[in-house]
Amino acid sequence: MSRVAPLITELNRHFWTGGAAGELKFLRCVDCGYYLHPPAPLCRKCFSDNIEVAAVSGRGHVVTFTVNHQQWRPGVEVPYNVALVELIEQPGLRLTTNIVGCSNEQIAIGMPVTVQFESAGDASDPVFVPLFRPL
Amino acid sequence: MSDQLEHRSVISGIGISKVGRKTGLSGIELTVSAARAAIADAGLVPGDVDGLTTIGDTSRAAVQDALGLQLAWGVTGNSAEDGNAAGAQLGAVVNAAMAVASGLVRHVLVYRTVQMKGGDVTGTNAVTGSREWMLPFHEYSAVNMAAMVAQRHMHDFGTTREQLGAIAVTARRHAALNELAVYRSPMTMADYLGARWISEPLGLYDCDVPVDGSVAVIVSAADYAADCPNLAVRIAAVGTALRGRPSWDQGEDYPRGAAWDAAAHMWSRTDLKPHDVDVAQLYDGFTILTLDWLEALGFCAMGEGGTFVEGGINIGLGGSLPLNTYGGQLSAGRLHGYWLLHEACLQLRGQAGARQVHGADVAVAAAGGGPLGGCLLLTR
Repeated sequence: MSRVAPLITELNRHFWTGGAAGELKFLRCVDCGYYLHPPAPLCRKCFSDNIEVAAVSGRGHVVTFTVNHQQWRPGVEVPYNVALVELIEQPGLRLTTNIVGCSNEQIAIGMPVTVQFESAGDASDPVFVPLFRPL
Repeated sequence: MSDQLEHRSVISGIGISKVGRKTGLSGIELTVSAARAAIADAGLVPGDVDGLTTIGDTSRAAVQDALGLQLAWGVTGNSAEDGNAAGAQLGAVVNAAMAVASGLVRHVLVYRTVQMKGGDVTGTNAVTGSREWMLPFHEYSAVNMAAMVAQRHMHDFGTTREQLGAIAVTARRHAALNELAVYRSPMTMADYLGARWISEPLGLYDCDVPVDGSVAVIVSAADYAADCPNLAVRIAAVGTALRGRPSWDQGEDYPRGAAWDAAAHMWSRTDLKPHDVDVAQLYDGFTILTLDWLEALGFCAMGEGGTFVEGGINIGLGGSLPLNTYGGQLSAGRLHGYWLLHEACLQLRGQAGARQVHGADVAVAAAGGGPLGGCLLLTR
């Protein structure tokens, strides 16, 4: 079965559609440069509401991961991995995601990775889920 | 600190329902059973209860109506949110203590009722909130978040599966001494290691046991202690703080969770120290969460939780810190932190039977994992 898709709003549209052009995008504070994740209407560091959408490199490293064996969602093949990836742009800027392009046994904490996208949701108006592969 | 809110109330009564797998009992039946036991245990009748708190599910309205309660005040705190600075699951006890301390109410019935849930847990499209950042990536269960915390703990500190297993095996040993516990047959380390994976590095016995059941406690004004038929349990300090981000995966101190803020908050409100604690009841929804609480509460240094629990010596009955003496959620059953509280009270009252920790004067009960954390320091 396909991935669960998010509800798209004006606040998160950049994140879930940036992958159409191969870009991983976050909200970022124009004044202090802090990336905001999850998306928020003001900067939680300097409280500026001068916020822009900014593309990042898509590169990061694996902070931790798990190989899930339990069948939670009908049709999703197990085992599969879930990983936490921290992006190079900012300490603590992390995505819960999946590692692709290698076996579950090859995943390691600290492993450098780069983003790639998988479409999900309504085929006529898809979202693009950011996944990561070994760099 | 004699004027602090914790000292203005006591836990005057405790009660627990039948606990089991798929009991067929409704939430209101389970709740009324626990509530009536707690009210009687406190030497009260339903007409004495003027406050009601819970963290949700079986509704306050249903309980109020079933018991004919005449309330001055009641509130439902929601722990299903991914983070709250209200004591997490144990927040309903803190709410009750605050209401009593304020003078608004005199006897508050606090309950938590849990029922096994079936069906699809993975949701449908158009997810929002914290689930937006989990479900599209096939992260459907808290076990996945806990497993990633465990993986990181193992990487950073050399924690082993056998060390996590010591928590599960010790809990089962304790459950054998508790006739209410759901799983009481002996479990060996080989059993633990041989169990199927749920989410690596966590296996079946790293996960708590879903059950139906309910626990209720009565939080009363401190001056009622003299009239209690049972020893009134005193609240030395509460820990409710959540200073870090309310998130499983964005915390500055990842993989440390909300437990650390709550624990530091609790110790800041008392002169007691970790070495004063005689018995600990620490949340074991997953074994790694118990390890996090042991470190957060200062029973061992950060990263040394694995060594502390290894072999089950320190955490067994007769050890330096008997842990989850009723069997924990891992073996007795998952009552969402409230059986931990019930057991802490039983131990302080000296009523824990074959599993009684002798000279138990100070106990800690703690609940939560990830962005949820709340703890109570309790004394005779």
